[in-house]
Amino acid sequence: MELFLQQVLNGLTLGGVYCLVALGLTLVYGILHVPNFAHGAFYMAGAYVAFFLVTRLGFGYWAALAGAAAAVALISVLSERLVFYPLRNAPYLHHMIASIGILLFLESGAQAIWGADFHRMDTPYNGILSFGGVILPAQRLLIIGAAFLLVALLQLFLKKTVTGATIVALAQNREGAALVGIDANRVAMLTFAIAGALAGMAAVLYAPINLVYTSMGHLVITKAFVIIVLGGMGSVPGAIVGGLIIGFAEAFGAFYISTDYKDIIAFALLVLILSLRPQGLFQKGAH
Amino acid sequence: MSRHERYGWSALLLLALAFPWLAGNDYHLTVMSTAYIYAIATVGLNLITGYTGQFNLAHSGFMAVGAYTVGILTVDHGMPFWAAFALSGPVAALLGYFVGLVSLRLKTHFFSIFTLCVGYIMFLLIEKWEGLTHGTTGIVGIPAPESFAGLDFSEPRTQYYMVLLFLAASLWIMHRIVRSLLGRTFIAIRNGDELAQALGIDLMRNKLLAFMLSVFFAGMAGGLYAGYVRFIGPGIAAVEQTFDMTMYMLIGGIGTLAGPLLGAIGVPWLTQYLQFLQDYRFVVFGPVLVLLVIFLPHGVVGTWLLRRRRRDAERAAQPGSATPQAGARARKGTRHA
Repeated sequence: MELFLQQVLNGLTLGGVYCLVALGLTLVYGILHVPNFAHGAFYMAGAYVAFFLVTRLGFGYWAALAGAAAAVALISVLSERLVFYPLRNAPYLHHMIASIGILLFLESGAQAIWGADFHRMDTPYNGILSFGGVILPAQRLLIIGAAFLLVALLQLFLKKTVTGATIVALAQNREGAALVGIDANRVAMLTFAIAGALAGMAAVLYAPINLVYTSMGHLVITKAFVIIVLGGMGSVPGAIVGGLIIGFAEAFGAFYISTDYKDIIAFALLVLILSLRPQGLFQKGAH
Repeated sequence: MSRHERYGWSALLLLALAFPWLAGNDYHLTVMSTAYIYAIATVGLNLITGYTGQFNLAHSGFMAVGAYTVGILTVDHGMPFWAAFALSGPVAALLGYFVGLVSLRLKTHFFSIFTLCVGYIMFLLIEKWEGLTHGTTGIVGIPAPESFAGLDFSEPRTQYYMVLLFLAASLWIMHRIVRSLLGRTFIAIRNGDELAQALGIDLMRNKLLAFMLSVFFAGMAGGLYAGYVRFIGPGIAAVEQTFDMTMYMLIGGIGTLAGPLLGAIGVPWLTQYLQFLQDYRFVVFGPVLVLLVIFLPHGVVGTWLLRRRRRDAERAAQPGSATPQAGARARKGTRHA
């Protein structure tokens, strides 16, 4: 039973991180209608910025988290302005290749500055709580708490504020949104900023239990793709549910099946589901 | 093929044949031979992505399948190189049949995301399945191709010609494919699958065929790589390799015959001269890739072809020269270069 609960905790931790990354990806998809491969590099950039702020400038953990969120939001907005905006009328293939270009640039840039080594990021929350035989490392609880708080805040923002509603409107119908006076450029920039900030924060939350290195975004971003395909591209609730499904599948798969193959589980799930239902789990109509 | 083009390709072939005498040392031969191997794989990627319009992100995985077919069969089962090599393309194509059957039902970026995941599964399987693939250590001591007709394939110059032969054959086959009705069918699918379907083209069958042909080239390039480098690790299946090939294809010109060749040979040489950048080459090439898709989406060769066709069209449109229809046709053709 304790072992089972332990896996639930692991699943929630992973699921929380995946949710944050997938949410940003799905929001940007709503605007661009192309998958942004650079999102994984944004995630990586967040971890490096925080690592730099903590080790070189002596920032505290929370200040570094905020700094990373701001820096990645800036990178994200810049890439929208400089790369995706000029390509807005180009075929989807060009978007994808351009986002790969950004990805490669950011990764080798980080490697040029910080080297190819793995870095450890310290956290002030090293404590371990024990609750009825279940071990609860404080950082993991922090990840779960922060992830769910951010998801709830994002939901409130999208549902209850006018600015949030413009994002949803633009994702639903670009021309319709323009007709009612929504400035598509501003909303696109805002969406990229939010997506970047979420990816940056996810990385800083997760980095203390999973080193900082240049290719740290690869698996996370690929799994985020799996999540948003499963949950329906552009769907916010789908990204949350999908994130938790993949998080749990991996935690339980690693424990009950094999640690070696745990990374394959998410991809195998996608291949299996898309083979049986090419339209995804929660979507009607084919892609 | 026009007379100009025939002269151009002949000149290129002569230059390639003379290269071992022009090259200063064996190192240059190695760089060129490796570039040729990746050029074969890139030519294959261009068939499915450039001509058929489906961006396959598992391409390096199929190259790895070809390489591991040769590695496993020669080292673990004592098969002669040439026999194992003959299987490398077909094994990749067979696997491509099953992957394509499932993945090609998806369109646009869903296909790309799906193949990205397939590529990761291939990479992770190669890395973790130690019993079959030797895991992260990779397969060492792959034998050199057995000599025949007095040709010793452990010698750099012979190896260079061996790889060149396969590259030339690949380009010739690709030329035959894209100029045939089959190639026209692929291009029709790229330009609009619904229109193609309305013309009576069986989408699934043709896309599957393009996919299998494309990964056949990847598998064969992998087999050559195994026989040439004689050491393989899971790294060749990594998605970055596909990104590299995409870059070669895009710089040269996507959907052209000479483009992928130019990119696959030009970029490695450029990185040779930017040695200090070796590990950070994408600090330069990342932005180059972005600038290319924004300002030069047809690549070097594609843009050149477009210009030439426009010039021909203008010349034809001038009064007193060739028939007006020819000009109109050429102008229409520019869209699909």
